[in-house]
Amino acid sequence: MDKGKAVMGTGRRWAVDFSDQSTVPSTRDILDPPGFSRASPEQDDSATSRQKKDAEANWKLQKAWEVAQSPFKNLMMMGFMMWMAGNTVHLFSIGITFSALWQPLSALQSVGKIFEPFKDNKVELLMPKLVFLALNLGGLALGIWKLNTLGLLPTHASDWVSSLPPPQEVEHSGGGFVFH
Amino acid sequence: MAMEIRVSLLLLIFLSSAVISFSLYEDQVGLMDWHQRYIGKVKHAVFHTQKTGRKRVIVSTEENVVASLDLRHGEIFWRHVLGTNDAIDGVDIALGKYVITLSSQGSVLRAWNLPDGQMVWETSLHTAQSSKSLLSVPINLKFDKDYPVLVFSGGYLHAVSAIDGEVLWKKDFTAEGFEVQRVLQPPESSIIYVLGFLHSSEAVVYQIDSKTGEVVAQKSMVFPGGFSGEISSVSSDKVVVLDSTRSILVTIGFLDGVISFQKTRISDLVEESGNAEILSPLLSDMLAVKVNRRTIFVRIGGEGKLEVVDSLSDETAMSDSLPVADNQVAFASVHHEGSKIHLIVKLVDDLDTVLLRESIQMDQHRGRVHKVFINNYIKTDRSNGFRALIVMEDHSLLLLQQGAIVWSREEGLASVIDVTTAELPVAKDGVSVAKVEHTLVDWLKGHMLKLKGSLLLASPEDVAAIQEMRMKSSGRSKLTRDHNGFRKLFIALTRAGKLFALHTGDGRIVWSMLLKSPSKSEACQRPSGISLYQWQVPHHHAMDENPSVLVVGRCGSDSSAPGVLSLVDVYTGKEISSSGIGHSVVQVMPLPFTDSTEQRLHLIADTEGHVHLYPKTSEALSIFQREFQNVYWYTVEGDGGIIRGHAMKSSCAGETADEYCFTTRELWTVVFPSESEKIISTLTRKPNEVVHTQAKVSTDQDVLYKYVSRNLLFVATVSPKGAGEISSVTPEESTLVVYLIDTITGRILHRLSHQGCQGPVHAVFSENWVVYHYFNLRAHKYEVTVVEIYDQSRAENKNVWKLVLGKHNLTAPISSYSRPEMFTKSQSYFFAQSVKTIAVTSTAKGITSKQLLIGTIGDQILALDKRFVDPRRTLNPSQAEKEEGIIPLTDSLPIIPQSYITHSLKVEGLRGIVTAPAKLESTTHVFAYGVDLFYTRLAPSKTYDSLTDDFSYALLLITIVALVAAIYITWVLSEKKELSEKWR
Repeated sequence: MDKGKAVMGTGRRWAVDFSDQSTVPSTRDILDPPGFSRASPEQDDSATSRQKKDAEANWKLQKAWEVAQSPFKNLMMMGFMMWMAGNTVHLFSIGITFSALWQPLSALQSVGKIFEPFKDNKVELLMPKLVFLALNLGGLALGIWKLNTLGLLPTHASDWVSSLPPPQEVEHSGGGFVFH
Repeated sequence: MAMEIRVSLLLLIFLSSAVISFSLYEDQVGLMDWHQRYIGKVKHAVFHTQKTGRKRVIVSTEENVVASLDLRHGEIFWRHVLGTNDAIDGVDIALGKYVITLSSQGSVLRAWNLPDGQMVWETSLHTAQSSKSLLSVPINLKFDKDYPVLVFSGGYLHAVSAIDGEVLWKKDFTAEGFEVQRVLQPPESSIIYVLGFLHSSEAVVYQIDSKTGEVVAQKSMVFPGGFSGEISSVSSDKVVVLDSTRSILVTIGFLDGVISFQKTRISDLVEESGNAEILSPLLSDMLAVKVNRRTIFVRIGGEGKLEVVDSLSDETAMSDSLPVADNQVAFASVHHEGSKIHLIVKLVDDLDTVLLRESIQMDQHRGRVHKVFINNYIKTDRSNGFRALIVMEDHSLLLLQQGAIVWSREEGLASVIDVTTAELPVAKDGVSVAKVEHTLVDWLKGHMLKLKGSLLLASPEDVAAIQEMRMKSSGRSKLTRDHNGFRKLFIALTRAGKLFALHTGDGRIVWSMLLKSPSKSEACQRPSGISLYQWQVPHHHAMDENPSVLVVGRCGSDSSAPGVLSLVDVYTGKEISSSGIGHSVVQVMPLPFTDSTEQRLHLIADTEGHVHLYPKTSEALSIFQREFQNVYWYTVEGDGGIIRGHAMKSSCAGETADEYCFTTRELWTVVFPSESEKIISTLTRKPNEVVHTQAKVSTDQDVLYKYVSRNLLFVATVSPKGAGEISSVTPEESTLVVYLIDTITGRILHRLSHQGCQGPVHAVFSENWVVYHYFNLRAHKYEVTVVEIYDQSRAENKNVWKLVLGKHNLTAPISSYSRPEMFTKSQSYFFAQSVKTIAVTSTAKGITSKQLLIGTIGDQILALDKRFVDPRRTLNPSQAEKEEGIIPLTDSLPIIPQSYITHSLKVEGLRGIVTAPAKLESTTHVFAYGVDLFYTRLAPSKTYDSLTDDFSYALLLITIVALVAAIYITWVLSEKKELSEKWR
């Protein structure tokens, strides 16, 4: 790839600049025709503009809510998949469970990034964010629950005592049949 | 992430499918296991040197083996082990083609085909009383094309046809109580002379017609002094015997049926006096008498006059007489002189004619010569050559010929009495292991061969090459410690008092050592070994010291005889120290304490009820005094049916000045009613067994706490009537009761009674369970019962948070006085086989699941998963239980032919199985001993922690190389494609 760039870079001897510079007023020699106002579109009525901005904000909020609710579908699907996977430890169930844990975690990490496109002074993003967080935490809880049903969480007494060595004995005794 | 887990799990599954299956493949035999065949200490040897065919010698041994050995190399042609109760009384060759053996106190006579050892016939002889038995194969007695064999046993004299074993006639002597001492047959006569004693004071001679068994004539004469001991026949009409005081030689002449006595005092013959003993009873025309430590040769003169012709001051072993050419008779004698032995063959008639005199350098650790058997052969220059088979004090068998040891067999290993393990030295830095390994090319070649083999592309030559490579692989017979702990030494103590160190890799003897007597006294020339303990195992400290084992021996056979302690360096096989300890040895207790040099403390109990502490150092004493209150001792008295518990009382300073001696006081006794219970078996856990966990987790995450204690004694008792042979009683008469007794407090923790069952009981005790094998009289089947012991008092520890925070008392030291509540679970199964011994596998950390190793009556070892003897087995286990590995309950334990770890071999006369952990957790060493020795390495849960030898590294390497190449090629291709895209 580097090689290709280098060939193209050194091969340039001449160039024609086709860029249109007519819109830049300072470099223009020719005056605007009479009656033509360059500023007219910008200086349009502010009412329509505000309206437009409101619509955009509404749209953004709507989108944000959509994004916030999207984990719910995911949750449903995960639940179905987990039910399908069963309660025994094997490749499929482990894969499902770990993806169920991983997805909410990665989503929670990138909450800010996901809601960045909808960032606006007028849009109240707290609620969608909270819903998003709640749903993802729900997904995480589902994953952990699944992990527990697979028996991979140390929640039983047996998980804590199974590595305990037998206790030391205070007394020592020896003997047996007499040697003959 | 999920992908990575999937990949790693896939890899795991792939690897787990690559481990070996439970059973062996044919080409894996001999890779990890070895098998050595022995015969035992030779009692009697008969040479058979046919003109054609291979030269061989027939031997019978103290391990009840009759075998045919190759005289050239000492290999076994064939061998029969007759069982422990079938002692061989006599062996001989009849008709030149049959080996005749008389065994079981003269009640069984068998003929074996000489070339291949197949049994030709077997005859049970009727015996009425126990008496000494005598086998006589007359050389030239013949009638009707038949050659009778004469057998005296149990009060009857039998003549048995050598051809088919049919009893031709029998003569009943039971009424008189007549004991036959000698059967003599004058040449060219059908009359045989049967000489014997009546109540050991009257000499009787019967003349019997050998065709019919009818008594032709009978003469008897009373000798007032009485007879004792062996009889020596010096000529065709005279025998010599000792009188009951063992100071007078009595010559009995019975020429033409007339008995005459002639007495000669031994003190008249030699100056020394004392108890005499007649040596080598088959020396004709002359007899050898041992008086004190001198051997004198006495010739019988014409009128029965005795004269001393020669005497040897040293201890001398003598052979029987051997007819050589020109009607001459020769005999051999062997005596020691320094480190050499001298073999002298002389003519009986003329003791000045020495036919052969040879001196042979002999290993000090073989001890003295016990027995000599000689045989002659005709050399190429037509002179007589002699070969001598000698049996040494360590039971080894050697063939001497032309002044050299032609071959030797370490027959002491057929009577191993105790086994322990020892580590090999760590490899020195200077010796590079890599030097032994091959170059890379060889390595690759080898793996390509293996790959070929695994892809079934190998030719027969390749297969042979692979097999050879495997045998040599990984330097399995090197004398250094390896990373996995596969190379170890098994130290075996034999009945002869010799120690052998056997290498686990190939079974060779690394060193051997005969125990020496600490004092040169007459009473204790050679101590007999009792048991073997690990004395010093440098593990954390004192790493520069060599490990050593403690051999406890005894001077004499009596239990009150003084003991001998011997410390032997394991690396070199040299005796570090040997000392008489001045007190008797009735019990040895290794204590769970070691001093700063990692010498283990041992207590030795004597007959007085005192215990003595070893090693005798002040450090050991201070360690012991710290634990003085916590050391207990128990004894089992099998005859009285009493188990006694003792505690340490005080130093026995009042009686002796020995500060390492302590008195004991009796704490408790358990007395079994002698009319209903007799102790037949006791068992404790192995003291060095490692238990990984105290909890047993059931399917529903419930926890059971194992009752793991070293102070538990398993006792099996049976009704006195049921202590005999199997099925000799009715089910109502015999009850088997098993107990679990705490040996600190004497408390009976559990009692289980089996109605209608009897012994013998073979049991194994490990962790918190006992498995025992006995006979069920009602079902007429053998049964196996498992008892698992659990601790009820700890069952309350179920709160997870307390356990997480460590607020529990599960690891606190426990005392037997705290009265633990316990409960047991047990289950019984039928087992189709009779059992000789049971052992259990042991691993380094105790994590790996266990296998029972059952030594069956067929002298094989069956590995049975502990899962089969699990009291949680039910008829219909739930899904979860099945997943956990619980097997549906069946009424009998399966015997899967593939799970015989001895595969096609037999460990003849199997007596014990010893297991020892390797460093690798999955693997355990198994050593079985009997007449044969067998060793193998076992992985009860398969080798989950290492790749097998069969793992194809070449395939892995090729795959990696191919993958790297593929990556490179695709990268180049993609580059090219990208470039051409850009140019488009």
